[in-house]
Amino acid sequence: MPLEVFLVQCLNAVQYGLLLFLLASGLTLIFGIMGVINLAHGSFYMLGAYMAFVLAPHFGQNFLVMLLAGVLIAAAFGFVLEWAFFSYLYQREHLQQVLMTWALILVFEELRSLSVGNDVHGVKVPDWLAGSVPLGTLMTYPVYRLFASAACIAVAIGLYVVVNRTRLGMMIRAGASNRDMARGLGVDIRRLYRIVFAGGVALAALAGMIAAPLSSVYPNMGSGVLIICFVVVVIGGIGSITGALLASLLVGFVDTFGKVLPVFSQYAGVGVYLLMAVILILRPEGLLARRGT
Amino acid sequence: MANAKTAWLVPVAGAVALGLLPLVVTTYGQDLVMRIMVFAVFALSLELLVGTTGLVSLGHAAFFGIGAYITVLLSPASEAGSVWLLLPLAMLAAAAYALVVGALSLRTKGIYFIMVTLAFGQMAYFVFHDTPVGRGTDGIFLNLRPVLELGSAALDLGDRMHRYYLTLAALAATYALLALVLRSRFGRALAGIKVNEQRMRAAGFPTYPYKLAAFVLAGALAGLAGFLLAAKDAAANPELLSWHESGVVLLMIILGGLGHLRGAVIGAAAFTLLRELYGTYSIVGPLADHWQLTLGFTVIAFVALLPQGLIGLPARLRTARG
Amino acid sequence: MKPKLIAIAALALTASAHAQQGPIKVGLMLPYTGTFAALGVAIENGFRLYVQEQGGKLAGREIQYFKVDDESDPSKATDNTNKLIRRDQVDVLVGTVHSGVALAMTRVAKENNTLLLIPNAGAVDITGPMCGPNIFRTSFSNWQPGYAMGVVAAKKHKNAMTITWNYAAGAESVRGFTEGFTKGGGTVTRNLNLPFPNVEFQALLTEIAAQKPEAVYTFFAGGGAVKFVKDYEAAGLKKTIPLYGAGFLTDGTLEAQGAAAQGLETTLHYADSLDLPKNNAFRKNYAIAYKLNPDVYAVQGYDTAQLLAVGLAAAKGDLGKRDAMVKAMEKATIDSPRGKFTLSAAHNPVQDMYLREVKGANNEMKSVAVKALADPATGCKM
Repeated sequence: MPLEVFLVQCLNAVQYGLLLFLLASGLTLIFGIMGVINLAHGSFYMLGAYMAFVLAPHFGQNFLVMLLAGVLIAAAFGFVLEWAFFSYLYQREHLQQVLMTWALILVFEELRSLSVGNDVHGVKVPDWLAGSVPLGTLMTYPVYRLFASAACIAVAIGLYVVVNRTRLGMMIRAGASNRDMARGLGVDIRRLYRIVFAGGVALAALAGMIAAPLSSVYPNMGSGVLIICFVVVVIGGIGSITGALLASLLVGFVDTFGKVLPVFSQYAGVGVYLLMAVILILRPEGLLARRGT
Repeated sequence: MANAKTAWLVPVAGAVALGLLPLVVTTYGQDLVMRIMVFAVFALSLELLVGTTGLVSLGHAAFFGIGAYITVLLSPASEAGSVWLLLPLAMLAAAAYALVVGALSLRTKGIYFIMVTLAFGQMAYFVFHDTPVGRGTDGIFLNLRPVLELGSAALDLGDRMHRYYLTLAALAATYALLALVLRSRFGRALAGIKVNEQRMRAAGFPTYPYKLAAFVLAGALAGLAGFLLAAKDAAANPELLSWHESGVVLLMIILGGLGHLRGAVIGAAAFTLLRELYGTYSIVGPLADHWQLTLGFTVIAFVALLPQGLIGLPARLRTARG
Repeated sequence: MKPKLIAIAALALTASAHAQQGPIKVGLMLPYTGTFAALGVAIENGFRLYVQEQGGKLAGREIQYFKVDDESDPSKATDNTNKLIRRDQVDVLVGTVHSGVALAMTRVAKENNTLLLIPNAGAVDITGPMCGPNIFRTSFSNWQPGYAMGVVAAKKHKNAMTITWNYAAGAESVRGFTEGFTKGGGTVTRNLNLPFPNVEFQALLTEIAAQKPEAVYTFFAGGGAVKFVKDYEAAGLKKTIPLYGAGFLTDGTLEAQGAAAQGLETTLHYADSLDLPKNNAFRKNYAIAYKLNPDVYAVQGYDTAQLLAVGLAAAKGDLGKRDAMVKAMEKATIDSPRGKFTLSAAHNPVQDMYLREVKGANNEMKSVAVKALADPATGCKM
């Protein structure tokens, strides 16, 4: 593989990984902090994508404003959903959460079908992000993908700052380490969980909104990403945002290079799962697992 | 409340009822019940892992699919294969893969164990879907269903009634086997592992071989279910190994009620019948178009109101009344 | 013994009575949920439109519809087919979109000698090794659009690469392209694959850019087709390496693809802009009835009803006269919105494959790529 091609493939891997990270970060928060297995996470991604489809004509060139509006709507939705529904799941066993959230996927899919229909839709990239930059003489790279990667990095930094440098982040980390102790110290766990859940939903929806112009909007789009998302979260170590970032990039590389390697490409589908199996066998709790959850 | 001595009455009565069912239902009804029975075997095999030993596997469909594929792949093209050969081979192949997966996965615990089993399930799926092993992504078909030769007589699985009763016999045998296993020392060791593995180890129990044995047995029984499905549909396709299928069987035993064998059977029946009910236009009219909504809400209601699963229904009704 | 004979006689009488009078039961097994839901709805709409145009009756008998959502799931396909055949006792089975499901349907229909009309699934085997007197297809075989595109591409290019998902439909389409392309003197240098339904194309697009073939042939449909076309253009490849595809690349996806699809050439047995009286009337009636624009799937559904009507007319509405129905259907010339087509000996459409170009929101017909193209039907013994 010539160097130019190799570097471009690396860029592809990183960009895919970053978008995965955005989606996985929400899941690792909900899973790691709240201990809730939420199979409907893919549905929130789909929700974000369809929101982008519905809102884009109204916001025109104000893409960033639309993203912000989408995030706020999703966060509000997550807040209400947690209060009305998920808060009942904490006392339940993990498996009951699995069953409940699976049923939720069905409900969301049908509601989506009833409200927006079953057609495939596209979301236009705003003019100021349209166009491509040349990558040497090989090919061009869409500006929008660079924007998407930058947005993911910005979110990653933002998450790091919130979790490690703010009071809210401190409470989140405390709640993750030892729920009862944190409650005993006066942390309002219920409200904390509600905020974390809303944040997780918002992150998933944001990932959907950012991905929408790239991936288009279609039925069942959540189920494909859901499983990769869980893989990323588990490889990185549940509850660890840095772990999710590392794992996302790893998955990005395995997925990208797996498709182009000469003999392996026939088995490319196996790649990510092989990676997960190997890592978990060598490091049974993921790469950067949080201790004491 | 049934006591230990009469606990076997209900399953036996159930088996008798299933045996008499073909007399009163249509051929379509018989196919539906057969499907339920196949999935009951599949669910029972997972119940051994999840309900009894506390090992949640999200890759169990791999063994199911391997059983089905072995049955179809090893059947001769122009004559009926022999059940004496195909059934044990199907179970053996599934058990072999279970041995490999279990040996590697059981080094992990909790959610990580779940994900590793998922990984191995997906790997098996991609082998059958993407490589020549599966002979195509659309699946493969059986020309002639296998035959069970007993001396001069033969049970031809091409005959619907023979199929039905063989499946029923397999279900009864699986249930009886697992009931015996649960009462045995092995079964009680598994229960102890589920409750507190560390304590078992402290008491000197080598938990790893026990867990592995349970995993392999569960895999073999899932392979049996796969054989039964291949005999029923005369087909195998890669989707049988997908995580969707693994998810469905897990949902069945959760819905039915974990920790009890009858929960697996009830869950398989309830899940299948609910999906059938909500998708049938002659029963629910235009609502059948929106079966995802009705099924979703029903399951949510079940989980909310019946934390023990469907087997907890009688108790719940009693407390509601009393 | 006697009561049994009476019962059998009674059953036979009611069966033959139903064969000749009362409503005709049509069983629709289509995807009503999931990725292909829009296609399932379009097919049903097309079918119902034709029946409606005939006053709600075919051969003087009303049509009673039974529906089953197949969820595009091959592992439930046998049971779902039996729902229609055994539970609802339909006279005619219509379906489906997904090839894996359709193969299972074909199996069950053959076992039960039920008349099966396939309004989409292009699996080559259905009118190949699995062909049968009661199995008809009114859509296409995956080989046909690919072959036609290969013939067209060979006129302008000497080598090409292909890219598709690793599944049967993609492989069959690519095989068709390769056959047509090599016949015209071209060489396919590499076949790129990615696991279904993975839509991360960047890695393979980079590979295409690195290899610099003269042309690229692709088979994608639905959401994947939208993403691929957009990614291909964004990678700057659209300007340098012409992209060709089976028509599904740009059918039902143009609104989502936008500018990225403009000018793309694809081959299919239909084009929105076909200026035929039948097509114009069809498009108008469909739009009035459903307030939507029809697509190739709606046409296929419409033609399925037409084919059934031909069979029923020949049998004068008597479903018991299956041989007469089959003979008439085999010889039929269907006046379709796509143009007139006939059926091959294996019961697959022999039809013109059009070369279309994307202009605006439509696939406009540019020329006829191959006239009266028939699928080779390898392995069909009828």
